[in-house]
Amino acid sequence: MPDSAFLEAFGLIATANADLYEILWLSVQVSITALLISVFLGFPIGTTLAILDFRGKNLCTTLLNALMGLPPVVVGLLVYLALSRSGPFGVLGLLYTPTAMVIAQVVLITPIIAALTYQVMDDLHREYRELFLSLNIQLPKAISTYLWDARYSLITTVLAGFGRAISEVGAVMIVGGNIDHLTRVMTTAIALETSKGELAIALALGVVLLTLALIVNGLVTAVRTRARKYGYT
Amino acid sequence: MVTPKAPTSNQSEIPCIGTMNLGLTIRGSTLLNDISIQVTTPGVTMILGPNGAGKSLLIKCLHGLIAPTRGRFEIGLHQRGKTIPQAMVFQKPVLLRRSVIDNLQFADRHSHQREALERALEAVSLLEKKDQPATQLSGGEQQRLSLARALITKPKLLFLDEPTASLDPASVLIIEQLIKQASQQGVKSVFISHDIGQAKRLGSDVIFLNRGQVIEHTDAATFFTNPHSREAKAYLDGEIVL
Repeated sequence: MPDSAFLEAFGLIATANADLYEILWLSVQVSITALLISVFLGFPIGTTLAILDFRGKNLCTTLLNALMGLPPVVVGLLVYLALSRSGPFGVLGLLYTPTAMVIAQVVLITPIIAALTYQVMDDLHREYRELFLSLNIQLPKAISTYLWDARYSLITTVLAGFGRAISEVGAVMIVGGNIDHLTRVMTTAIALETSKGELAIALALGVVLLTLALIVNGLVTAVRTRARKYGYT
Repeated sequence: MVTPKAPTSNQSEIPCIGTMNLGLTIRGSTLLNDISIQVTTPGVTMILGPNGAGKSLLIKCLHGLIAPTRGRFEIGLHQRGKTIPQAMVFQKPVLLRRSVIDNLQFADRHSHQREALERALEAVSLLEKKDQPATQLSGGEQQRLSLARALITKPKLLFLDEPTASLDPASVLIIEQLIKQASQQGVKSVFISHDIGQAKRLGSDVIFLNRGQVIEHTDAATFFTNPHSREAKAYLDGEIVL
């Protein structure tokens, strides 16, 4: 690989190349939006599954765990079919827009957030259940206690979801179309620029993506260390 | 089915426990069988018996954590219809992932002032650690905090499931003193223990269980000097009771 591509890549980052930062900003916007929606859906799903006993609970948890491994391209295809002109939501005209990319990411990361939330809450519920019964703690207070006491684990869950969202390529490529200045995000741009032989911009985006991944992992480690230090795990 | 009559004690504020043919079967295994007891004495009722006798299950049933599959039980005061405040201290302390004082505050139904919470911590020698994470306390400290948390709810009936198992002597002493103090203030305690010395120190009456059945229920003096059942004699002699 030519050294000049690396130098050019760092040059693009250092000079705040407009195209690069536009792609970065859209990536972050799409991923954060998808993450917020997924947290909004995934926390209640995971918590409800952990706390409530009902027929078919095992089936639901098995399904949720299976959905964690959804292949992104299959999700992309399904969202594409749903949003395409002839699909049930075609009239909304969302295909090849950032909204379509958000939808695909929500479908991908909600099961991850929900399943990890379920695991955290289930452990806590098993530990606290008898105490809460003994103290006659009502459900709303129990739920708020679970959420507060599991806060460090839940932050880790959210960061894991963000990591998954920001690094996703297959689904957003299909539903977003990788349109310049409209739906081009870091991962799809890297794939395109590499295929075109434009290694500098691909490398610059790769460096930024890698930095983001390192920051997220650093935060996860910091959160875990703090939780362990204060006995909150 | 006959409803057990809530026994009445001679001290109107002492909760009394009455069970009639109480039973618990889980997945075909009978874990509690025909438990019929009348606990009317104040003070501490000790529940003794070998491992697997059903001691913990019995107090979990009485405390409402497990629903019995057969029979009935009633916990009453003279003032019928009044809800009796109960609390339980578990064998393994369950503490919230927050500070020592916040654990007390969580259970505080009576909105005590912070000073009252601090006094409760002082009683269990934990005031100096009030701002520490509760889960970082030692085993003895955690159990003392559990007891303080149970007492802050102002129970009339306190269930204790081997609260001093494998604790240091200092913690055992503090816990026993607090139980005695609570008894003097009219709190009825039902205490599971494997420690015969402790049962002698605390117990006003003893329920001896084996294989899910009540073998003997008598006052503590009689139980320790002249147990009626072969199993209880063997247990007190330190033999292995199966």
